[in-house]
Amino acid sequence: MSTASYVFGIVAAVIALLLVIEMLRRRRLRERHAVWWILAGVLALIIGVFPQLVSWAATAVGIEVPINLVFFVSLTLLVFVCVQHSAELTDLESKTRLLAEHIAFQSNRIDVLERRLSSHSSEVDSD
Amino acid sequence: MTTLLTDTLIVMPAFNEEESVAAVVAEVFSKLPGVSVLVVDDGSTDETASQAQIAGATVIRLPFNLGVGGAMRAGFKYALAHDFRNVVQVDSDGQHDPTGVTQLLEELRTCDLVLGARFAGQGDYTVRGPRRWAMVVLARIVSSLANTRLSDTTSGFRATGPRAVRLFAEHYPAEYLGDTIESLVIAARAGCTIRQIPVAMRPRAGGIPSHNPLKSAAYLGRAGMALLIALMRPRVPLTSGASPS
Repeated sequence: MSTASYVFGIVAAVIALLLVIEMLRRRRLRERHAVWWILAGVLALIIGVFPQLVSWAATAVGIEVPINLVFFVSLTLLVFVCVQHSAELTDLESKTRLLAEHIAFQSNRIDVLERRLSSHSSEVDSD
Repeated sequence: MTTLLTDTLIVMPAFNEEESVAAVVAEVFSKLPGVSVLVVDDGSTDETASQAQIAGATVIRLPFNLGVGGAMRAGFKYALAHDFRNVVQVDSDGQHDPTGVTQLLEELRTCDLVLGARFAGQGDYTVRGPRRWAMVVLARIVSSLANTRLSDTTSGFRATGPRAVRLFAEHYPAEYLGDTIESLVIAARAGCTIRQIPVAMRPRAGGIPSHNPLKSAAYLGRAGMALLIALMRPRVPLTSGASPS
């Protein structure tokens, strides 16, 4: 591996980590969503600094081509994040529905109250 | 003293507390005459809201569960909109003794935020093992930020003065553990003065605090992460402006 590609790996990991941390800092990302990305960034950084770890781990779990381990881990992580997002989306949809129902009920209550109020005041006027 | 109480809103976040909420509200009214009570029903599926209403509290119902942080934030906004100077958070499960509110408010005359602490001598509340150590470490760090000695940073029994009410109505964190640790960090870094006084705690009506080491480790990890992120975030300035009185 050339020095350039070694440095490139580390720099890419650091940029990814800094991006996540900065978004967390500005409250653009909530803690529980950031955890996966921080995990990914830290893993990438460790592998960037010690690339030999990948081949060691690949041999340990019996994978012949080390890069396949990298693909496997990255895909697993991405699948987890996607599933989490789908779950959150479902959650948000049900909350929006609940809010819409609440607003509809509230405006109905206000309508009823207004009608009652106007009929009441016209009764007072006719007296 | 009575004027202090009439200017004060007791906020009780309540999630499925139909068994205890009415008794707690009644006790608050009898021990603290003139005070206003707001029960924030945090998406309960039982009779919490109607029980609290029968007991005489003002009730706001959140359409779904937002957690203690979200409920308190709604409480601070309500206090600001209705010109209350002070907010005191009291748990709806009865573990906080309302007589302690008087002490908290007395202390609040000279600072912005008063914590009712569990480990400061009074009461018989004990936590042991890793969870205890986690709480000690957190307390050390937050103490140095706030320039005062705090021993119980996760106490939910706290009084908030006008400056901090304005700050919290806007910036109260709704994240898990944010309502205790991050809120203290936000207040301390905004320049609020924080103090703690010992108060007696009653044993919780239901549920025993767990001593599972794995859960304690997870708690420590999440608390540490919450603290770290709170420290990284930019400071929030105190909004100036005359106190509402």
